[in-house]
Amino acid sequence: MSELIQSSKVTGLTKVNDFVVKFANVNGSGSASANGMFAKAVFRMGIPISPHNIFPSNIQGLPTWFEVRINENGYLGRREGVDLIVAMNEQTIGKDISSVVPGGYVLYDSSKILPNELLRDDVTYLPIPLKDICLEEFEKPTQRQLFKNIVYVGALSAFLNIDFKVLTGLVSDQFRGKEKLILPNIHALELGYQYASDNFECPLNLRLEKSDKNKGKILMDGNTATGLGSVYGGATVAAWYPLTPSTSVVDSFAKYCKRLRIDAGTGKKKYSIVQAEDELAAIGIAIGAGWNGARAFTATSGPGISLMQEFLGLAYFSEVPIVLFNIQRVGPSTGMPTRSQQGDLLCCAYASHGDTKHVLLFPANPCECFDYAASAFDIADRIQSPVIVMSDLELGMNEQVCDPLNWDDKSRYDRGKVLNAEQLEEIEKYGRYLDSDGDGIPYRTYPGTHPHKGSYFTRGSSHDSYAAYTEDGTVYAEVMDRLTLKMKTAVSYLPEPVFSETTSNSFGLAFIGTTTSAINEVLDSLAKKGIALDTMRIRAFPFHDSVTEFFDAHELVYVIEQNRDAQLKSLLKIECNIHEEKMHSILSYDGVLITAQHIEKSIIDSMIDVDASGKVPA
Amino acid sequence: MQAEKFPRKTAAIMSYINKPKFRHPQMQTNDIGLTRRDYEGTLTTLCGGCGHDSISAAIIQAAAEMSLEPHRVAKISGIGCSSKIPSYFLSKAHGFNSVHGRMPSVATGANIANKELYYVGVSGDGDSASIGLGQFCHIVRRRINMLYIVANNGTYGLTKGQLSATADLGSRTKSGEESQFDNIDMATLAIELGASFVARSFSGDKKQLIPLLQAGLSHKGFAFIDVISPCVTFNNTDFSTHGYKNTWENHIALSEVDFVPMREEITTSYAAGKEKEITLHDGSAIHLHKTGNDYDPTDKENALHHINAYKKQGKIATGLLYINQSTSDLHELQETVDKPLNSLGNLELCPGSEALNDINNTFR
Repeated sequence: MSELIQSSKVTGLTKVNDFVVKFANVNGSGSASANGMFAKAVFRMGIPISPHNIFPSNIQGLPTWFEVRINENGYLGRREGVDLIVAMNEQTIGKDISSVVPGGYVLYDSSKILPNELLRDDVTYLPIPLKDICLEEFEKPTQRQLFKNIVYVGALSAFLNIDFKVLTGLVSDQFRGKEKLILPNIHALELGYQYASDNFECPLNLRLEKSDKNKGKILMDGNTATGLGSVYGGATVAAWYPLTPSTSVVDSFAKYCKRLRIDAGTGKKKYSIVQAEDELAAIGIAIGAGWNGARAFTATSGPGISLMQEFLGLAYFSEVPIVLFNIQRVGPSTGMPTRSQQGDLLCCAYASHGDTKHVLLFPANPCECFDYAASAFDIADRIQSPVIVMSDLELGMNEQVCDPLNWDDKSRYDRGKVLNAEQLEEIEKYGRYLDSDGDGIPYRTYPGTHPHKGSYFTRGSSHDSYAAYTEDGTVYAEVMDRLTLKMKTAVSYLPEPVFSETTSNSFGLAFIGTTTSAINEVLDSLAKKGIALDTMRIRAFPFHDSVTEFFDAHELVYVIEQNRDAQLKSLLKIECNIHEEKMHSILSYDGVLITAQHIEKSIIDSMIDVDASGKVPA
Repeated sequence: MQAEKFPRKTAAIMSYINKPKFRHPQMQTNDIGLTRRDYEGTLTTLCGGCGHDSISAAIIQAAAEMSLEPHRVAKISGIGCSSKIPSYFLSKAHGFNSVHGRMPSVATGANIANKELYYVGVSGDGDSASIGLGQFCHIVRRRINMLYIVANNGTYGLTKGQLSATADLGSRTKSGEESQFDNIDMATLAIELGASFVARSFSGDKKQLIPLLQAGLSHKGFAFIDVISPCVTFNNTDFSTHGYKNTWENHIALSEVDFVPMREEITTSYAAGKEKEITLHDGSAIHLHKTGNDYDPTDKENALHHINAYKKQGKIATGLLYINQSTSDLHELQETVDKPLNSLGNLELCPGSEALNDINNTFR
């Protein structure tokens, strides 16, 4: 086998710091930490990377992939095609090998002979007898299984020119406190490195060179940043129900609370985490705590959002601040639980029956996950209404290179309009829902504040300015109108869109969240073709006026989003009165991150249509 | 904050009925200088003779006698006739009328945010035994320190008389609909799930209900009282097990309870074997008058046995059914700080930039 490969006349791809490596594994085989080690090693070599987990809703035995895009220019979106596959899964090996671009490489376990039908004459095979090496070198069955993964990382180190010291450093970091594990792991890395060096010409033409592009940067996933942001934002109550892909938000909150929220004197906890019986209870607990003056959140995904609808209406109408993290996955129904989508925009913007509207924030990177998590608690307190942070699986569960998280020690929590006992003393008659400031935001009180002033009855039924039950239609309508005004006021507390410098009066791009990762690549590529585009990254709903102005300033705006029904476009139409002809949808909804190639092709195709007919099809 | 931002209320926006402010000059005040009036709520909008109004009245009297500070109480309910009750007592307390069947989760969150208040949850049999049965079970398991009252009438009043899940097999409503299913007994369920204080009473029996409410409020942990509270409009027939007639005739007190607030020195002595005194965490006490049936409310198995045995005879076991003072509440289990979580500010909660820089370094 080895001879056959060596005599192959294929010229391998020559690429430095710009390629895609994909690992095809069986889930539950311990590959995740080895693959993560590979990604981190490239990151530590200073080269921008973006790893993407494509995993099943399963614990053991099904196919899982880990795709790492390496790009010196910092293009961190997904790219179609694979340059090197590590094919470790017999169930999918055929498909995996065929996913490799011509000239690419296939690393596989040659302990078993590769069937003839899997041999391609336009790729280079890198056979490593992983199983045999591990059988010979390790005694315990679990080690023999797990170290296969480490051995291939060692081999990749030789093939791709990964600094071996970086890898051994990572092993030491990873097993700090479990020193016994360091030596066998390093040994496994050496075995792979040695085998590759002895049997192949290393490094390959596809290889890495140290760079300095990651100076100061960190490699973090969005959910970790979200949990940490909640700690910094002053959340004391987290109520949740386990649901992929939101679970790691609460895991992160718990981890950092254990480290940062223990009272030094007593060892007691300055937080409470409740794993509720379902999502209804989870949001109910958050609402009870928010009503009683604690900063509270819940984290969930699509199915949980569906269950939380009734409570979201209650919080909107009775004006209780809570923060909800929606780590979106593919719906409808159970959908694809471990794939990503931006499919909950409409059902979150207007969640619950009756006339409602909710603030949505759209983070695009871990830094924003941290910042928005922290500021969501301020916004919720200020507007006394739910704030939904719309992340997704792609952002939440995959590591991303980003700027370090930042906190201004001078900042103080904004608890909004809350009256204390002294302030209540000065008031003749307190009205919970009186719009005293004309901004639609009334003053609230916490239970227990004053012996005989400031109490009120919170209810989801129709109420007047004094929180008393009413069936008077005029009074009801006044409250509803005030809530409309409140949402207008809310916009001033929300992050403005991010605009590129104006280069074109003709075409613009509008997008949110994880679509952002593809945009620089699209712009650079189109610029080379002489096409200039302005961009608007929307970061919050309800929209700022500047969103409408962007549409006014351009002939046509491509609205790019990751769902089937163009939900962002619908929101723009409903809220900003943008005319259908001003918008051209670019959609992606296969569950994996939208690519620059897809966006670019869609734009060019639409422009060809323009040339032919003189009019862009909507 | 300007006082004039909150103008005096005008008649035009008054859309609910306030009770008259008149107070009899000789009305008695309690230890903290409040009269019964200070514990009242708005005028009831329930049907005349509704058992629920007796529950409101009992709560008012219980709280006034205990000298509870009204504003230190938070009243939380779900949806239904029962869930209107919090409007009719303690208007100086904050109230929260939430969504159907979800009072337990809202109460849980509220309790977590501030452990220093008294929490009174009021629910009904539709609210807690049907749509909210899951939440009921889990709040019991979570040992929230509160008093949870179910105003149990075996029927859905607000939707005009459908049978509820607590209606006994064979019980008939006014429309003649007969229950074909076994009932859910909230009290035995609560005992089985680990509630540390479980009682049952009858809205018509003020003498029994008031001390139970007081003991439930003083009890540290999850206190549950199932109050049979007849629906005069839809479920008060001679064929209804939740009607006044059946409840008067068939409720049997397994234990009779007196409540002794902590301020009162306990001087009375009781004949040995006839009485039992249980001191609660806040220093108050309950006196159990044995009723000659050898009932021990600290024995879980025995409690379940007695309740079920009476049920077989068509009797409703009432009184203090079970008490266990050795359990911890959620705050103790979670080891939360002594100060209420809602009182913690920036200094106590925000770890600051230096800690964040250290964290950043672990992601490089």
